[in-house]
Amino acid sequence: MWLMGYRIQSKYVVVMAFLFLLVFTGCTPSHHMSTFDTHGPVARSQLVLFYWIFWAAVFVFVTVSIALFYTVLKYRRRSGDPDPPQIHGHTKLEIAWTIIPSIILIVVAVPTVITIFDNANSPEPSALTIEAKGHQWWFEFTYPHPEEPDKKVVTANELHIPVDEVVNVNLESKDVIHSFWIPKIAGKVDMVPNHTNTIWIKADETGEYYGQCAEFCGVAHAKMKFRVIVQTKEQFEAWLKVQALPGLESADPLAVEGRNLFEGDARCWTCHKVEGSKRSRGTTGPNLTHFGSRNHLAAGVIENTQDNLRKWIQDPESIKQGTIMYRDAQVYTDPDKSLTESQVSALVAYLASLD
Amino acid sequence: MTTSILSRPIHPTGLWAWLTTIDHKRIGILYGVTAFIMFLSGGIEAMYIRLQLAAPEQELVSPEIYSQLFTMHGTTMIFLAIMPMGAAFFNYLIPLQIGARDVAFPRLNAFSYWTFLGGAVMLKSSWFLGGAPNAGWFGYAPITSSAYNPGHGIDFWILSLQILGIASLAAAFNFIVTIINLRAPGMSLMRMPIFTWMTFVTSILLILAFPVITVALIEVMFDRFFGTNFFNVGAGGQPLLWQHLFWVFGHPEVYILILPALGIIAEVIPTFSKKPLFGYPVVVLSGVVIGFMGWMVWSHHMFTVGLGPVANSVFAVTTMAIAVPTGVKIFNYIATMWKGSISLTTSMLYAIGFIFLFVIGGLSGVMHSSAASDAQQQDTYFIVAHLHYVLFGGSIMALGSGIYYWFPKMTGRLMDEKLGKLNFLLVFIGMNVTFFPMHFLGLDGMPRRIYTYDSDMGWNLWNAVSSVGYLILALGVLILIVNIIWSVLSGEKADGDPWDARTLEWSMSSPPPEYNFEHIPIVHGIDPYWEQKREGLSTVPISGGSGDDDSHGIHLPQPSYWPLLASLGLFVSGYGLVYLSSSIGLVVSIIGAAITMVAVYAWSFEPVNDPDEGEGH
Ligand code: HEC
Ligand SMILES: [Cu+2]
Ligand SMILES: [Cu+2]
Repeated sequence: MWLMGYRIQSKYVVVMAFLFLLVFTGCTPSHHMSTFDTHGPVARSQLVLFYWIFWAAVFVFVTVSIALFYTVLKYRRRSGDPDPPQIHGHTKLEIAWTIIPSIILIVVAVPTVITIFDNANSPEPSALTIEAKGHQWWFEFTYPHPEEPDKKVVTANELHIPVDEVVNVNLESKDVIHSFWIPKIAGKVDMVPNHTNTIWIKADETGEYYGQCAEFCGVAHAKMKFRVIVQTKEQFEAWLKVQALPGLESADPLAVEGRNLFEGDARCWTCHKVEGSKRSRGTTGPNLTHFGSRNHLAAGVIENTQDNLRKWIQDPESIKQGTIMYRDAQVYTDPDKSLTESQVSALVAYLASLD
Repeated sequence: MTTSILSRPIHPTGLWAWLTTIDHKRIGILYGVTAFIMFLSGGIEAMYIRLQLAAPEQELVSPEIYSQLFTMHGTTMIFLAIMPMGAAFFNYLIPLQIGARDVAFPRLNAFSYWTFLGGAVMLKSSWFLGGAPNAGWFGYAPITSSAYNPGHGIDFWILSLQILGIASLAAAFNFIVTIINLRAPGMSLMRMPIFTWMTFVTSILLILAFPVITVALIEVMFDRFFGTNFFNVGAGGQPLLWQHLFWVFGHPEVYILILPALGIIAEVIPTFSKKPLFGYPVVVLSGVVIGFMGWMVWSHHMFTVGLGPVANSVFAVTTMAIAVPTGVKIFNYIATMWKGSISLTTSMLYAIGFIFLFVIGGLSGVMHSSAASDAQQQDTYFIVAHLHYVLFGGSIMALGSGIYYWFPKMTGRLMDEKLGKLNFLLVFIGMNVTFFPMHFLGLDGMPRRIYTYDSDMGWNLWNAVSSVGYLILALGVLILIVNIIWSVLSGEKADGDPWDARTLEWSMSSPPPEYNFEHIPIVHGIDPYWEQKREGLSTVPISGGSGDDDSHGIHLPQPSYWPLLASLGLFVSGYGLVYLSSSIGLVVSIIGAAITMVAVYAWSFEPVNDPDEGEGH
């Protein structure tokens, strides 16, 4: 029997430990994707709501657990006990424990509905609107051209936005369902093919934030990330202006060789676009016009350094298993066409020069 | 009566006895053993998942295999383990609880089991036939379309789910008819044991829910096999159509998994508290209300797909509302124990563990029923934590309770209580150590279904803890297996009523005779056997009284080959359809269909008893 007592106690210990640990996790907002470290009004409203419901749930949990354990401990059978009174029910009690939970739920439901509507409707429908499109397994972002209204500026995997401003994002998908999620700025909204969704976001501090595809979208889903780069308005506008320019023509002979390869035998042009190039108009892969200015490579998976870029071009599979570039590009599928070391160096030089 | 093609097997023995059996108790045992083996196979799949995620950036399995693992783990646990484990209890217990000699359609019952086994084998065999399904257990279109998923894994998934659906439907119809028609005299609906009630509600849910997923699966199948465009995005297909159909099935499915659990608990708690269930009519009603409201909440799985604020609000509120009848059940269970005389047997410990864990799962459910807050939780490990608290902490703990409770009835031997308590303790602790940290991981931004994660994400610790939890849990299950085997072989002998229980199944010897009741009992109240024991209200009819056969010779239908053959045909044609693109596939599927048709035809003309043999026993 002492064992029993010990068991019950250990349950309490476990419960307390869990509660403590939950608080403990709440205190580790430094993690890249922590939903407790909010940097925008949408995520904040979701967190406020979370805490509200969380404490309501803790209240119910503690009440029910106390009732449960108290009952179990108090009414344990001792040998020789007679049958307890055969009570069949109690109408008032039944009414009470139907109504009290209902009231608790109303307390939860009202702020829920308010927050749902707040977050669904953009406070500034005419603010900057960006198109975000999910592809297996990367993100494409399209901005309105800063000067010419009928033109667009296309980039990938790094979403730049101005700080303290509402930004509307239209969400689309090229293939399967993906989900657009920046934990510190806003909860997720899915990118569903043939069904455009919208989300509004606002960040109240400059910096770099993690984004991630949150809906299973195939083999490389785990490595479908992106970054949100929040800048001051001036920085953002300067950035957009640069992105709107065509790709640079570098004079470095290695880069020129790389460009010729890119637009020629290596057939990179079939999938990638570089504005300004007549040949490179592909849309299967990310737009590389200003690839050199991006901090990350392969949808936020690794840093964009020359070494990593070399690795990527040599063997994309080693960085992201399943990637379509490796699956379909001729330089990997056809052993006769594989790239030599020097060809890779030329391509790296070319791509790095595109900033 | 010479139309029968094969005469009915007469007193078969050994393997044949099991293959041709139509005895609900044997079928129940077959279901239970198969489901348990499937549970272990799903557990092995989970082992690879937990090993892979135990530390960051591991490459134990490839991303493709990982996708197959989580798809198979989910599909296995839901369709091949928990559902059929419930079916095992339905089969074994319903006739005993309502005072009947068998189910209404014994051969259909055998057919359900064999068809289920066929579907299970087929799904599992995909591992060895070019790769298991890899699109997650809810297979969101269009990732299941041939454009994104050219292999046969998805075909196996579709067809085995269709076959499993046939098995579930057949069983559900059988139980509905059995419960409505075969109750002993005096057992009005409001005197049925709660487990029988929950079986009834579950069966109705099954019948209404499975056609929906059947239609959805047919659409995917047509897309894949015949080039239709239900979900073909390029041609304007609508992926959300799949989600609606899937979850219109999928949410009631959750109740299909949990209502039997709530039913088991409602049997165990009164017995070990020596008190009648508190608020019986309210518990029944809340079960029915849950079954009903379960149809109004499906879009809570779709809060982030863009249904708009009105739909999200409505489904948020209906989902919260369903917590009320669920809570009412829990409160009544606690009130049953209140002022009772509680003995903490292993079965009871499991039941108490169930309440504790299911409350956690229910509350995290309320947390993401709040659509706006769910935007941060959807598709993260927070959901994984929630669903395991509901399905493991809920369904599996209750099934564990049921195993310890009814094992003596099924085998005539008690399970070992020392091993049992150790088993419970390890499972309870293991389950919490495995799944509780997933709440933190989810809130810390870890998406579900990722095969690896970077070491700088802050997810290392809790993943490691969770993987350690798996080991504890696995050890607990191992001890359960040891206990079952040891107890079957040399457990302490149990008499008919080892727990001083309340319902009719305890009024006969353990294990029950093939014909269950020598005399069809007469029921005077909710706890007929208890009343017989305590108040002398006998369930034995006065001779010449109502409802009994003559006293010598009880007519039971004889075994039959046809259910097995009809199922075999489905199984064969299932494989044929997977390879429909080849001509062999076409031929095989036609052969399979022919076998089923012949078998069903012969089955319909089979005489109840072979005229030459006279009466079976
Ligand atoms: C079959 C189409 C295809 C071809 C051909 C192709 N790529 Fe790619 N490329 C892709 C896709 C798709 C991605 C996105 C990969 C991912 O993140 O999953 C990509 C990504 C990249 C990236 C990273 C972009 C970023 O922002 O992260 C670089 C750099 C790149 N490719 C260079 C090349 C070079 C150089 C060649 C020629 C040798 C080439 N690609 C040929 C499809 C292609
Ligand atoms: Cu994804
Ligand atoms: Cu649901």
